Amino acid sequence: MCTYLTEKTEIFGSAKGPTGWFNVDTATIYFDHPYHAPLDHSLNIDFVNEKDGSPVRVAVELSAESARDLVARILSVLESGEAAHLQIGSVGAVVEEGGHAIPNNAETADLATSATS
Amino acid sequence: MPHPAVTSGTIQIHGHNGDQIEAYMAKPPGDGPFPGVVLIHHMPGWDEWCCEATRKLAHHGYAAIAPHLFSRFGPGQPDDIAAKARAAGGVGDEQVMGDVKGAADFLRTQSFSTGKMGVIGFCSGGRQTYLAACLLDFDAAVDCWGGGVIPDPNAATPAPGALVRMSPIEQTDKMQAPLLGIFGNDDRNPDPEQVNNTEAELKRLGKTYEFHRYDGAGHGFFAVDRPGYRSEQATDAWTKVFAWYEKHLGAPSPVLEPAAAR
Repeated sequence: MCTYLTEKTEIFGSAKGPTGWFNVDTATIYFDHPYHAPLDHSLNIDFVNEKDGSPVRVAVELSAESARDLVARILSVLESGEAAHLQIGSVGAVVEEGGHAIPNNAETADLATSATS
Repeated sequence: MPHPAVTSGTIQIHGHNGDQIEAYMAKPPGDGPFPGVVLIHHMPGWDEWCCEATRKLAHHGYAAIAPHLFSRFGPGQPDDIAAKARAAGGVGDEQVMGDVKGAADFLRTQSFSTGKMGVIGFCSGGRQTYLAACLLDFDAAVDCWGGGVIPDPNAATPAPGALVRMSPIEQTDKMQAPLLGIFGNDDRNPDPEQVNNTEAELKRLGKTYEFHRYDGAGHGFFAVDRPGYRSEQATDAWTKVFAWYEKHLGAPSPVLEPAAAR
C-alpha cells in the first residue's frame, strides 16, 4: 500500500553521491513501495542536505529483513567500535587487520570488558 | 496486423491554480476521435510503470495522460522528486484534484478527443480516483486497490499545518462517474472488509459501480517487476478495465493502421 507515513531525523555526517561527497543533515525514512528494488515494499532511506536545499540525495531501498539485520549490525559495530576507541583514547591499543582493537595489556582488556558489558 | 504506432512523451500542461506541470501523454495514431483517460500515479511517483500503463491505454485506443503530481518539487529525476514530495508529506487532495482536472481539460480540448473522459489510479492514486469520481467531471472511473477510501479511525490526528486529505467515503453521495473497483483479497489496505464497506456505501446511495475481488492477489498485483505480480488475475482485471471504458466512454476507434498507410 502507499502510505504517507514518513519519519525524518536530523543527522550529522557526509554521504557520497553522483557528484562526490556532501554534508548530510537529514535522513528521511519510510516503508512503502520502492522505486527500483524488486520488492512489493521496502525500507527506504534518503540521506539529504535539507539546509542547503541541494537536489542531491543518497538513497537506499532495503528489504524489511535486511533492514532489520542492518540495524542490528550498525548497533553492534557502534558498540564494539566505540568501546575500542575508548581504549585507544584512555590507555592505547593496537589495531589488527579488520579494524578490531586489541588491548595491549591485561588492564586494557578489563576496561574493554567493562565498556561492552 | 501491425501494432499501433503509439506516440508518447512528456508535455507541459496547466494544473491546479494554472501551474505549469509535466504530464506523460500517449496517443494512438491518427486523428481519432479517441476517448481519453487520465492516469493517477501512486505515492512512489511518476515512474516508468505509470508511463507503461499510459502507453497500454493508448495501445487499446485511448488518448491517455498521466500528470506528474509532484512536478512542483522539481526539477530533477522523477525518483528524486518523489523523495522530496515524500519528505514534505506528499501533496494535498485539492492540488491533486486540480492537476487531474487540468489533465482532463487538456485532453478534452484536443482535436482528437471524443470528449468522453475516464480516470484510473493505482494505490494512493486509486484513492484519488475515488475522489475524482465524486468531485470532478468524468464519465468512468477505475480505482485499483486505493487504500484509505475509508480513513483509518485510529490514525493519529494530523499535525497543525498538515496537508488536507479528505475522507473519500464521505464524498460518495457526490459520485457521478460509474466506478470500477479492482482489489486483491490478500491486500491489507484496503482489506476485504474495507472493500465490502465501501461497496455497501455505494449500494446504499444507488451509485453505478462494479467491484472485482481477486483471490491469490494482494496489493499492486499489476506491477510486473514486483513479487506481488499475479499474471492471471492482472490479465483478467485489465480486460475488465477496458470493458468498463468501452461501456462508459464508447468504443475506442480502431487503432491498427492498415498496411497501406504505413
